[in-house]
Amino acid sequence: MKILVTAKRVVDHAVRIRVRPDGTGVDKTNARMSMNPFDRHAVEAAVALKEAGRASEVVVLSIGPKAATDVILTALAMGADRGVLIETDAALETLAIARLLAKVVAEEQPDLVLLGKQAVDDDASHVGQMLAALLDWPQATFASALSVDGAALEVTREVDFGRLTQRLPLPAVVTADLRLNTPRNAALPMVMKARQKPLAVRAAAEFGVDLAPRLIIEKVTPPAERQQGPILQSVDELVARLRADLASIEGMT
Amino acid sequence: MSVLILADHDLGQLSPSTARLVTAAQGLGDLHLLVAGQGASALAAAAHFAGVSKILVAEGPDALPTADSLRAALVALAPGYSHIIAASSSLGRDVIPGLAARLGVMPVTDVVEIVAPNRFVRPIYAGNAFEHLSSSEPLHILTVRTSVFTPAPLGAAVPVETLAPLAPGRVTTLRAERSAGDFPDLTSAAVVVSGGIAFGSVEKFAALGDLATALGGAVGATRAAVDAGYAPNDWQVGQTGKIVAPDLYIGIGVSGALQHLAGMQGAKRIVAINTDPEAPLVKVADYALIGDLVEIVPQLIAAFRKA
Repeated sequence: MKILVTAKRVVDHAVRIRVRPDGTGVDKTNARMSMNPFDRHAVEAAVALKEAGRASEVVVLSIGPKAATDVILTALAMGADRGVLIETDAALETLAIARLLAKVVAEEQPDLVLLGKQAVDDDASHVGQMLAALLDWPQATFASALSVDGAALEVTREVDFGRLTQRLPLPAVVTADLRLNTPRNAALPMVMKARQKPLAVRAAAEFGVDLAPRLIIEKVTPPAERQQGPILQSVDELVARLRADLASIEGMT
Repeated sequence: MSVLILADHDLGQLSPSTARLVTAAQGLGDLHLLVAGQGASALAAAAHFAGVSKILVAEGPDALPTADSLRAALVALAPGYSHIIAASSSLGRDVIPGLAARLGVMPVTDVVEIVAPNRFVRPIYAGNAFEHLSSSEPLHILTVRTSVFTPAPLGAAVPVETLAPLAPGRVTTLRAERSAGDFPDLTSAAVVVSGGIAFGSVEKFAALGDLATALGGAVGATRAAVDAGYAPNDWQVGQTGKIVAPDLYIGIGVSGALQHLAGMQGAKRIVAINTDPEAPLVKVADYALIGDLVEIVPQLIAAFRKA
């Protein structure tokens, strides 16, 4: 089984971002960048399947600027076999990303595509589902457990009411949730070795996909600031405040 | 033009999100509500919300329709509509992006404000910024954060049209496990009581459930508390869990990590109970009590049980 796994370079999830005062977007100047955390779980799942003898090859793909080579190297150090960077400096919409991915799938012919369930910058959670629809492959989103059984997958998904365990035939698209596994930190020798692994760089324009954005971002605004309220002195005072709030909630309904 | 609303439900229950979706869609056009999946006809009987002019019913083989079978039905319905709107729930998030891709439309998801029929506001970076978008797509495909909208009341009975059943998808459901506990729906509850890793054990975390019951609220948890096994995954509040916007949010032993704040900063009133006066949640709380939750929680339970 061949696995294609995706990795997006995003502002590190621990960085508190700042909206530019002119409303034109988020200021990423000098922000620490890293692999989208959900993609780390996807890469870990792919590498674990290979180590378990379930996968023959793990190809990692990123779409982004030259600097996105970093996240490909991270995935290669974690154990992926080779990398592909589709290079573009444009901020592509998810539909364009999914269409590029569909082209790569047509070339690479993987049996399984693993992606993070969402990227922590745009928080879209689109690409896996879009790719499955474009390929007409079955999908399992928000996976917290994954096993391969012959030509089928058994996936446990995290859903609003609890957990849903489903079986789907390969080829398939799976998006990773945080409880799928614990991503490894690559040891230094693996990081050195990653640089020796094949990494193809291709221009986004060469795939013949319409990359133009459909949506217009009119402006980006920060959330309303919340002011810190008083520190109460006793449980009795807390109970009194809560009682008043509960009474006003009941008054509204 | 008409607006197609995808009713949200799970395992045979209409989700409270559905009534909120109807409110979100008001003013966009003639509202049709699609109820799809196993038992759809029965669910539809409880879905005559004021403002909806027609209910469409598509029975199906799965209690929670699979993305591929539901997508096919929505693709067939799409030509008659200017908007297709679903909740940002596990159902909506699963099917909507693929539907949009299949129709060649760029979707707008997690919408918190519909400014105009083609102008929307959605959070990015875990709610630390908001994108104001306009779209010239011929069809707008949206998911909505229903917690920010009030529920529409039930109205007079409207015509129900039965569609062809959903075709079986390629995904087979083996097991559906509903998390234990008899609490209100987290994303629509007026009161949410949330706990963090500071509780220290499953047994101590259970006290939070007692407090929620005394207050008539739902229970939430931080990612760390869920990872530690104190709470089931579907209680997680945050960027990667549920987004809640209750009238009253009480965070107990919740430090207020960025990821968690993303899930609850829409709450009208925030209350923090923490040992650390410098905790980020205390900094955004409308009022806070600094102290040990082990001592405070039983006193709160006792106070509100009496009431």
